[in-house]
Amino acid sequence: MADQAGAQNAAQSPRTAVVIGGNRIPFARAGGAYAYSSNRDMLIAALDGLVARFGLQGERIGEVAAGAVLKHSRDFNLTREAVLGSALSPETPAYDLQQACATGLETVVGLSNKIKLGQIESGIAGGVDSASDAPIAVSEGLRRVLLDLSRARTTQQKIRILSTLRPKDLSPNAPGTGEPRTGLSMGEHQAITTAAWQITREAQDELAYRSHQNLAAAYDRGFFADLLTPYRGLMRDANLRADTSPEKLATLKPVFGKGLDSPATMTAGNSTPLTDGAAVVLLGSEDYARANNLPMLANVVDAEAAAVDFVQGDEGLLMAPVHALPRLLKRNGLTFADFDFFEIHEAFAGTVLSSLAAWEDEEYCRRVLGLDGALGSIDRSKLNVNGSSLAAGHPFAATGGRIVASLAKTLSEQGGRGLISVCAAGGQGVVAILEARN
Amino acid sequence: MADAYLDLVNTPLPARIAKALGLPRPSVLRRWTPGEVLAPHPVLVAGAGAGADALADVLLGWDIEVRRHVLPGEKLSAAVVVLEAATEPADLAAPMLELGHAVRLLVPGGRVIGVLRSAADASGPAQAAARQGIDGALRSVAHELRGGATANGIILRGDATTTDPTTLGALRFFLSGRSAYVDGQFVEVASTPSGSITDLAAATAASGEGVADQPLAGKTAVVTGAARGIGAKIAEVLARDGARVVAVDVPAAGEQLADVANSVGGTALQLDITAADAAVRILDHVRRRFGTLDIVVHNAGITRDKLLANMDASRWESVIAVNIASQLRMNEQFIASPVFSETGRIVSLASTSGIAGNRGQSNYAASKAGVIGMVRAQAAEFGGAGRSINAVAPGFIETDMTAKIPPLTRQVARRLSSLQQGGLPVDVAETVAFLSSDAAAGINGQVIRVCGQNLVGA
Repeated sequence: MADQAGAQNAAQSPRTAVVIGGNRIPFARAGGAYAYSSNRDMLIAALDGLVARFGLQGERIGEVAAGAVLKHSRDFNLTREAVLGSALSPETPAYDLQQACATGLETVVGLSNKIKLGQIESGIAGGVDSASDAPIAVSEGLRRVLLDLSRARTTQQKIRILSTLRPKDLSPNAPGTGEPRTGLSMGEHQAITTAAWQITREAQDELAYRSHQNLAAAYDRGFFADLLTPYRGLMRDANLRADTSPEKLATLKPVFGKGLDSPATMTAGNSTPLTDGAAVVLLGSEDYARANNLPMLANVVDAEAAAVDFVQGDEGLLMAPVHALPRLLKRNGLTFADFDFFEIHEAFAGTVLSSLAAWEDEEYCRRVLGLDGALGSIDRSKLNVNGSSLAAGHPFAATGGRIVASLAKTLSEQGGRGLISVCAAGGQGVVAILEARN
Repeated sequence: MADAYLDLVNTPLPARIAKALGLPRPSVLRRWTPGEVLAPHPVLVAGAGAGADALADVLLGWDIEVRRHVLPGEKLSAAVVVLEAATEPADLAAPMLELGHAVRLLVPGGRVIGVLRSAADASGPAQAAARQGIDGALRSVAHELRGGATANGIILRGDATTTDPTTLGALRFFLSGRSAYVDGQFVEVASTPSGSITDLAAATAASGEGVADQPLAGKTAVVTGAARGIGAKIAEVLARDGARVVAVDVPAAGEQLADVANSVGGTALQLDITAADAAVRILDHVRRRFGTLDIVVHNAGITRDKLLANMDASRWESVIAVNIASQLRMNEQFIASPVFSETGRIVSLASTSGIAGNRGQSNYAASKAGVIGMVRAQAAEFGGAGRSINAVAPGFIETDMTAKIPPLTRQVARRLSSLQQGGLPVDVAETVAFLSSDAAAGINGQVIRVCGQNLVGA
């Protein structure tokens, strides 16, 4: 079945898009090593590390696509500006993309599609985010006053406009991860979902523990030597706690879901911290890779985006990947059994565990996803084998690039097929399939 | 890091004061620049015999004005003294006294280059005494020269001739600013192995033109410890000379390594050379990206200084592991690999500490003397069949590492060499680049010091 599906997919795609390699900077906790680095600085660092790894100096890449979730208005052309600051040819075009936490994965999907269509031969996809260097906006009241002032002609008009200013207008609006339509933070949204699926504190802490263990082991065996370039003195992800344990995690106080009827289970240990970082992925056609003697780690097979109605409906904010996945599997004629690696982004341990529970729930799969029965279970030994966001941290738009490069390398070493699932704000999610080449 | 005294003493008034007080007066050395003219003034080719005549003819072909005898009052860029005909010590008088006239006429940054045969190949004690005598005489001349001038020797082994491509390669190196901080050194040259040098390089040696500015074009070079200091400069100079550079350093130095790779248009490979799979990863990278590995520069090294009485196991063992054990293991794998070129070059960084020893550096000196032992033994195994291995032993080089030496000690260390100053990383890199080139095909198992003829190990 799997082979048939592969052939079918190959028949649909005019060409193959391959992951050649990746590079990221170690992820820092907000206010840490990159406290004074901008999104542009970090994206340049990630690009330059990639250029150095593959000798792309002065090369005109087909297109570079990246983005940031927390973005200054001055960074309207963030990716192009980063290209101009990098060692790439200044003739390399670039565009910004923004799909909340799915930004990084969506840039991979978009550029892979261009490669498959023959529009470009090579592409660099990725993302960056700084929670430290976040934009701070003036209040809506002050903003209106300033705009009116700029239009005022006479001193009298100016004085009249200024007189409307109130002290509260002077306090700035700090950025948050709150959902504009519900006012709830992402953590509070997930707490509702976590409770609804009756995910235990122990299960969440266990997932977090394994994330740290797997990431630490990957570092120890040198897995990241060709995936990561140190930046500003940081050699490893600052959030990584190789020595943490379920017992230590169990001592942390819950931070989300304290207002719910059921006991709060989500802590700083089983939720991702605010993080700074950048990640990029080099993609290409097979011809491009061969002509330049570049490795081909994995094929980008297919992807699917979904969105859920978390505002009026009763689906959880971060459950969109749960909906996207059956559609992707059906289109490719695959089941969970056809996959060797699962990369499910750990926005919160509860997100991953709620997703797994949903796919295992026959009633939910029938009623909500419209399937004949439960989608199935995922073998936990195949899940996030090199750690994920709970350990590495989660600089929103950088996470997709981190996952794609790590999974592609794993596939090149061990063969098989891998699934990626990334949830995003706004009730969205993107899932994708990568496949080893042998 | 900068040598403020060197800058000061090369301005008019302080120069006069230094002269009056008899203080050291180091000169700004003549270093290589693009489009370098080897010898703007005439070059003396002293000495009798067919070898000297042939060499004079070659220099004429390089558009150099050649003199066979000193013309009174005429400035000289260099004096090449061919002494291969000496059969007993008495034979040295005429050519050495001629050289004595010549050194008075040398321009600043001038060169004295002896061409001689090895005492080891002598037919008897008298010939050996004559040949060994030249060694002492030229080293003394090196001490006597001022104004940034240097004296070095080329020792012909076996049937090597004065016009062998490698002899000419060494001659060009010593004439050039590339050898600015090489002083009082002798390099042995065997006849160039057939097939070890490209036709183009041979033609260049003969004509003095062509690949002179890109002698490493088309070659792939791996440089370990390339993230900073001397390693970064080696990467830069090899790339300048045309090589594709694979810059290797530990993952922790990845950020600087990426900067180096991007500045030289090379590739960055983050790995720990002490890892068992280091050579395999280097070979895999080179095979995939470039096909053939032509040049390996073992530059990575660490110091963990302590007097032996206070030495602990970790200091001793880490220095040995990084500085020599890793090289032995990697070389074995390189040499066994078909990816390593049949004319491949290995250049290993030794140190004058490994030659003369140095207080507080018994571990470091063991590793660096070990490099010299390794180079000689491996060279014998190569046997002049095409591949070569040599060592470069830096003396006091102005780097971040030597900048940490206490100021007074540092000042003294600088002035103790014949050139009365520390060398620059580029000086080491130039010698590495020369030994990596086709022009050095007949040089194997040699240790070239880049130390300005320092009196002590550093």
